[in-house]
Amino acid sequence: MAESYHLLKRADFIFRNENDWEEILTKTIKRTPQDIINELISSELKGRGGAGFPTGLKWKITAEAKSAEKYVICNADEGEPGTFKDREILSRVPYKVLTAMAVCAHIIGSKKGIIYLRGEYHSLKEALEKTISEFEYYCKKIKLDFSIEVFMGSGAYICGEETALFESLEGHRGEPRNKPPYPTIKGYMDKPTVINNVETLAHTFTIFKYGAKKFYDLGVQFSRGTKLFSVSGDTPKPGIYELELGMSLQDFVNEFGDGDTKAVQVGGASGFLVPRKKFQETAIGYQGKLTGISLPTGGSMMIYNSSRSMFNVLDNYLEFFREESCGQCTPCRVGCQQLLIGIKAVKRGERPAQYLDKLLKLTETMQLTAKCGLGQSVANSFASIVENFREEMIY
Amino acid sequence: MDPIQSLIKELAVKHGRKRESLLPVLQGVVEQERYLSEHSMIEIARELDLPAAEVYGTATFYSFLEHRKMGRFIIRICKTISCSMKGKNQVLLAIQDMLKISTGETTPDGRFSLVETNCLGLCHKAPAMLINEEVYTDLTPEKVREILSDYMKK
Ligand code: SF4
Ligand code: FES
Repeated sequence: MAESYHLLKRADFIFRNENDWEEILTKTIKRTPQDIINELISSELKGRGGAGFPTGLKWKITAEAKSAEKYVICNADEGEPGTFKDREILSRVPYKVLTAMAVCAHIIGSKKGIIYLRGEYHSLKEALEKTISEFEYYCKKIKLDFSIEVFMGSGAYICGEETALFESLEGHRGEPRNKPPYPTIKGYMDKPTVINNVETLAHTFTIFKYGAKKFYDLGVQFSRGTKLFSVSGDTPKPGIYELELGMSLQDFVNEFGDGDTKAVQVGGASGFLVPRKKFQETAIGYQGKLTGISLPTGGSMMIYNSSRSMFNVLDNYLEFFREESCGQCTPCRVGCQQLLIGIKAVKRGERPAQYLDKLLKLTETMQLTAKCGLGQSVANSFASIVENFREEMIY
Repeated sequence: MDPIQSLIKELAVKHGRKRESLLPVLQGVVEQERYLSEHSMIEIARELDLPAAEVYGTATFYSFLEHRKMGRFIIRICKTISCSMKGKNQVLLAIQDMLKISTGETTPDGRFSLVETNCLGLCHKAPAMLINEEVYTDLTPEKVREILSDYMKK
């Protein structure tokens, strides 16, 4: 029987101030790599950036790859509209992320870590570098040969895509590469690389400290542990909340809505819009056998009340994608432009309402043929908005 | 050697002359000059031994690596959905009104440039903007007028 979702439950691990990171680091690296990897695998932690790949497995594959040079990269290129959790982690508990990177390096056999920080977060750089130098000082003390560099992005959403991020680090335009090969085998500088989102790394700290069981016991089947949610839009409580995975969207709205919630965009502009009538059947977690629909999210939860025009929302998203498409492949480059032109033409009455169906077909093509997640995911928001709020697109 | 050439030399010494150094070098020039002129891009190409077209192609990919002359203070106001829902337009109008420029322009005295940008990761404190690296949130027309008058005195 499928496990059902649970009520909304708050948690406090990520921002809990732990002043024993030195102890955790020393203790953890004394364990065998195999032992740590097993613990991560049994916690069932999945990547918190949105894609949801099992973290333990990622570390394991990279550890097993044969290469004298390997890298640990922290993806702090948080650009998904509506997401602002990584900024908070890096400013409030950066040492958790650094500790996790060092443990990972120790396991896979790497000496070098890089934090790719988005250009928009330049103001965090100085404090972060200060923390890093204290951290490196401690690493030297315990004879751990590991250094971390902060690399600044320069304003490009696509660089959050891991292979585009490597291109950017290597001094090129941030254009995604073909996959496979995957970063675990051929990543930064074509060397085996673990690349994890900021939040994912912070969760591994929780696991090192409290054990896999503690983490596994939170959340629901296929969606274990807690997750940070960035809540914005029409809410009396905008902000960042750590919640157990697996709650229903209805419970989420009861807690964070303003009483007049019409729809919630789960997962940012590249995610899905859920209309009111589907709140009850929608759960927040990774794909799995939850009852009803289960939506993954990198944490962005944008709430819209009934005063909002869904046409404007879609228009804003499409403009975002049109600007942020790297332009490398035609379905995405041209597709994003045509979608934007198309919905405007329908709105103005220059095209009949049936034209929306043509545009939906176009998003299907993009989903199938675009090279990376950006072009593929435009279909998510487009279809979920157009199908649920068709009349708002027309009149 | 003109000042740009020596700046680029300095940056190349600091970051190295490998391809991986290109972004930090470009960023270093932008930090000083606020933009990348054709001259500086050619000089960077020379210094790092890269085709100038590669430097240009890379630089123009990133929205923070401006290649038009910019003012001393670059105002980047977020136009993505949360900010736009929370009154970004009124704030933008207040800025335009005060600086007497439109979006994309620079004041004649070369002090301020105004651009719109995508989500800054401050959606819970919308509307938000950056002035150079400085972060400003929960903006209102009044608040932004105050902020700008402070900058005008700088
Ligand atoms: S899908 Fe879009 S962003 Fe991705 S590679 Fe193609 S053009 Fe670039
Ligand atoms: S929408 Fe403006 S900061 Fe995110």
